[in-house]
Amino acid sequence: MSTEALVPWLLVVPLTAAILTLLVPERMRAPVSWIACVPMLAGAVLITVLRTGATIYSFSGWEAPLGISFTVDGLAGGMILLTAIVSAVCAVHARTSLRDEASANAWFWPLLWFMWTALNGVWMSADLFNLYVCLELLGLAAVGLVALRGTPEALSAALRYLLAALLGSLFYLLGLALIYGSYGALAFTTLSGVLEAVPTVYVALALMAAGLALKTALFPLHSWLPSAHGGALTPVSALLSALVVKASLYVLIRIWLHLTPASGSLAGAATVLGLLGAGAVLWGSWMAWRQEKLKYLVAYSTVAQIGYLFLFFPLVTSGEARASGLAYDGFVLMLISHALAKSAMFLSAGNLIFAVGGEKVSDLAGINRIRQTSMVSFGIAGVGIMGLPPSGGFTAKWLYLQSALITGQWVWIAVLLAGSVLSAMYIFRVFHHAYLDGPPQATFRTPSIWLESSAMFLALSSVLIGLSAWAPLEWMRLPIFKGSH
Amino acid sequence: MSNALLFAWTGAALCGLGLFGFIVHKHLMRRLLAFNIMGSGCFLMLVGLAQDGRGPDPIPQALVLTGIVVAVASTALALVIFRRWFRLSGKVRLPEDA
Repeated sequence: MSTEALVPWLLVVPLTAAILTLLVPERMRAPVSWIACVPMLAGAVLITVLRTGATIYSFSGWEAPLGISFTVDGLAGGMILLTAIVSAVCAVHARTSLRDEASANAWFWPLLWFMWTALNGVWMSADLFNLYVCLELLGLAAVGLVALRGTPEALSAALRYLLAALLGSLFYLLGLALIYGSYGALAFTTLSGVLEAVPTVYVALALMAAGLALKTALFPLHSWLPSAHGGALTPVSALLSALVVKASLYVLIRIWLHLTPASGSLAGAATVLGLLGAGAVLWGSWMAWRQEKLKYLVAYSTVAQIGYLFLFFPLVTSGEARASGLAYDGFVLMLISHALAKSAMFLSAGNLIFAVGGEKVSDLAGINRIRQTSMVSFGIAGVGIMGLPPSGGFTAKWLYLQSALITGQWVWIAVLLAGSVLSAMYIFRVFHHAYLDGPPQATFRTPSIWLESSAMFLALSSVLIGLSAWAPLEWMRLPIFKGSH
Repeated sequence: MSNALLFAWTGAALCGLGLFGFIVHKHLMRRLLAFNIMGSGCFLMLVGLAQDGRGPDPIPQALVLTGIVVAVASTALALVIFRRWFRLSGKVRLPEDA
């Protein structure tokens, strides 16, 4: 069966759901969303399983460069499936956790679907301008989701996020203007291999990279992230950290893999990105350890984990085919396992905050006296974040380590090890507080089975992905890395 | 210098001006205006650079049209959130800039 026919539905279904959830009465919005999750999951599974090679879909038959084509290759297919799983689970969580917040509950659903549409658009676009439009739609939906709570803190976080996202987009657009001015094309298929090693191209690529780094919250451009991710409603935090920050990084990876000039070296740029990533790992983990509020701790942990993803750049440009292949596999696995573990961690943190009725880490004291499902799922997710076996995070770091060993890049090995120790510090700090004895009169609420099982499902998947890493890695390998194994 | 290139340079100057304003000003309204100036500069560059030496080109004009729609939508969202923030907190700056 050809997977081409599936491509438009991956955009049409979420867009229809977005409009439908705006039209139906507020109490119907969650059930409609649940129903629409079913075709999304089915489509994502089908396109991952049935796809052979890259699926290219040209809307109404207009092929690139005249029309805009959508391409689903291994990386895009995997991201579509990941988006479907994480979003659907967050929808399950949101159904229960947002029930008490009337206005947030009404607007969450259309924004969720706009976000999903934009994410699928980003994964499948193979055109610089289309990526810009999808990133903007994603940014607007994400800012709306952050503002949902309506408190002054949420609004200032949304404004900070919006300003950063807009500035990042303009930098990207400037780079795009330079590329179009020089080559008169925007589609990856047309531009691939055409770009020369001239100053205009380097300036354009640098502008795009800077804009995308700002949108991805790469250290030291991360200051908007903690308040946006830490202060949002729980399912929103999970979606933002698991998926939305990955979108701009994904665009950067695409540009790096498809559009870098054939001649000329990018080792310098790769080292800069790697060093910023290393800075993110160390600074983000340190700040996570110092946070008072539980969700801010998890948000700073995202800053640190984004750093690991940026270590991909120096490892993939080492010039050794085998090291590049391992770096790519490590990157993909890191991306998936972070998305699963971090969304699990945010959902568990939200459940814990619900149970103890306080946002601080120290409020957890005494929680070990009640049913501990949320604490367990927090811990399982923590195993993935720390990178302990058998989680996906461990396998990903292992692949990174092998890649760095082949090319003798010792500095990145030190960063990987230091990052693991630091993340263990901030995660065990949470457990330390949970096992202290709280005030005896303290009462705890028990989160509903839906809240606990959605967090647990994601946490267990983040471990399972480590045990069966070969399958996603096989699906998501790109042709340029095929020969390296 | 061709006409088209003049547009591109004007666009670059506007971009620089907008970026400067975006960084220097802390008042959210001024920042939003600076963003719009920067956006217009980007659009001028996109059209100007593409038409320099190659004659009229409809594609960048279509792109800019889309870009304007995106910019208007972003500005509208920023205004709505800014207004609500102003009503609730009485401030025109972000907390860290106050």
